[in-house]
Amino acid sequence: MENNAMLINQEATNLALRRKARKAKIGKIAANAFIYFVLLLMYLPIIYITIFSFTDSPIAGKWVGFSFNNYAELFDLDVYESSMIWTAARNTALVAVTAAAISTILGTLGAIGIYYLRRRWKKNVLDFMTQIPVVNAEVVTAIALVALYEFISRFLFTIPLSFVTLVIGHVVISIPYVVLSVGPKLEQMDSSLYEAAMDLGATQTQALWKVVIPDILPGILSGFLLSITLSLDDYVVTVFNRPKNNGTFHTISTYVDSVTKRSALPTQLRAFTAILFVVILIVMIVMNVKSHRNSRENLKKEKKKND
Amino acid sequence: MEAVVRRRQRRFNFRGSLCIPYFVFMALFVVAPLAIIVYYAFTDQNGLISLESWKTVFTTAKNWQVIGQTVIISTISTILCILIAYPIAYILSNKKFNKNKVLVYIFLLPMWINFVIRTIGLKALINGATTFLFHFELTADYPLVAIVLGMVYDYLPFAILPLYNQMLKMDKNQIEAAADLGANPVQVFFKNIIPMTIPGIVSACMMTFMPTMSSYVIANKMSENTTSIIGNLVAYWFSESISPVSFNVGSVISLVMLMIIGITLLLEKTIGNKEENQKKGGIW
Repeated sequence: MENNAMLINQEATNLALRRKARKAKIGKIAANAFIYFVLLLMYLPIIYITIFSFTDSPIAGKWVGFSFNNYAELFDLDVYESSMIWTAARNTALVAVTAAAISTILGTLGAIGIYYLRRRWKKNVLDFMTQIPVVNAEVVTAIALVALYEFISRFLFTIPLSFVTLVIGHVVISIPYVVLSVGPKLEQMDSSLYEAAMDLGATQTQALWKVVIPDILPGILSGFLLSITLSLDDYVVTVFNRPKNNGTFHTISTYVDSVTKRSALPTQLRAFTAILFVVILIVMIVMNVKSHRNSRENLKKEKKKND
Repeated sequence: MEAVVRRRQRRFNFRGSLCIPYFVFMALFVVAPLAIIVYYAFTDQNGLISLESWKTVFTTAKNWQVIGQTVIISTISTILCILIAYPIAYILSNKKFNKNKVLVYIFLLPMWINFVIRTIGLKALINGATTFLFHFELTADYPLVAIVLGMVYDYLPFAILPLYNQMLKMDKNQIEAAADLGANPVQVFFKNIIPMTIPGIVSACMMTFMPTMSSYVIANKMSENTTSIIGNLVAYWFSESISPVSFNVGSVISLVMLMIIGITLLLEKTIGNKEENQKKGGIW
């Protein structure tokens, strides 16, 4: 009698366990299905452009036979659109790298300074300043700079819009992110290391260069990458702060915008997007494989140490 | 001797002084421009104090319509972004479903392709799909729906990232404990998971709401230039074709936009855990 009850009990738990396992399995399938569905939706526009980069038709969406013509034209700089695309691409890269370099240097120094400030209110003022471009609308940031130049031009001396003003605009939108990614790294840092370096005879600059900077390097790097990302994707700040003399200065954003105002995406630009997509994909894969290998090697090293 | 050195150190804070160039830059190019905007908003074209521009802005019915429209578009886009991003972030942060970080990178990868190109691609795609299936062009016939779609598409990664970061920090034991103590999945979700991720939700909202009000390129492209958001208004009054006089009107609209942002920030402060946010160093 007792035995029987136990058996039934066990069977019931078994059943419950199995049901739980089945539920978990269904949950996993549903989760994966959702993730890959959203991913598909996110990539579909890019894939769409990529597919239609292999056909000649002037509008994406119409297939008129397979060809590599768009690619051939993209690399033929005598084609007007192609030369425009490459100039825009060069400008984009130039602005992004210059602005990111400046905001990384200024922002890193700023973050270190903020962290070591002794007065609470000074810290608060600087933190508040850092937050302004983050929460402010991009249009307002862009036009406020224009208003500033206009104001100075009216009352003091003329400031023409130039490459410098464009870079300043890009630094403004990206510098807070450098500060925000370096700041947490400073907080994680072992503060006694700096003191130790000083005690062992390093000057303040040496201690900064050889102790603090190497420690917060990951934060500096991610700040730099973030700056580049923001700068590459920027439209509004570029439109208002770009140089106005001798022809229009185009980055990829402004070029694509102005060209699609009148017509569809130029065929050469479809090829350009496809190439960009593939390049980014490859970079991403290489980076992932590398980090994967690194983490595996680290695991191995740890194992050896333990043995 | 030591006392002298120490006193000198107290007088000059070398490491603290490193933020001086940063401070100067921010004061010149972040604070001063906003002060100029305020100056322009409360003066007229001759530089005399006046509220004329405010009157112009608020007596134009179209401005009210655009402001209302913008708030509606931004709110709906933000809600949709959170609704889609929340389960994604949860799944990505959960070891049961996702063992490595690769998937996270795959979600962020589209951000590296220029957003104007992506928006054009999206427009071509949905117009192709709706013409093929229902014989109409979404961007021409339902511009508001198209704009919301464009905004959600472009800002989804910005909503996923803060939510994902928050969920990595979530206390998994608490969820299990709640389940063991008899809470059903719905209760676990609303009483455990949601409260633990509120800072993430708040910053995800900020990351999508703010830019959806200002990024007028997406609105232009997705509505074939038929529908404006506040960003359009500001850009219009500051565009080259208009004389500097209009700086005053543009500044007023900018201030209105800043006020809306201020209200959202206040809401954020009351809803979100303020300390939690500060510790995390803000948005990302």
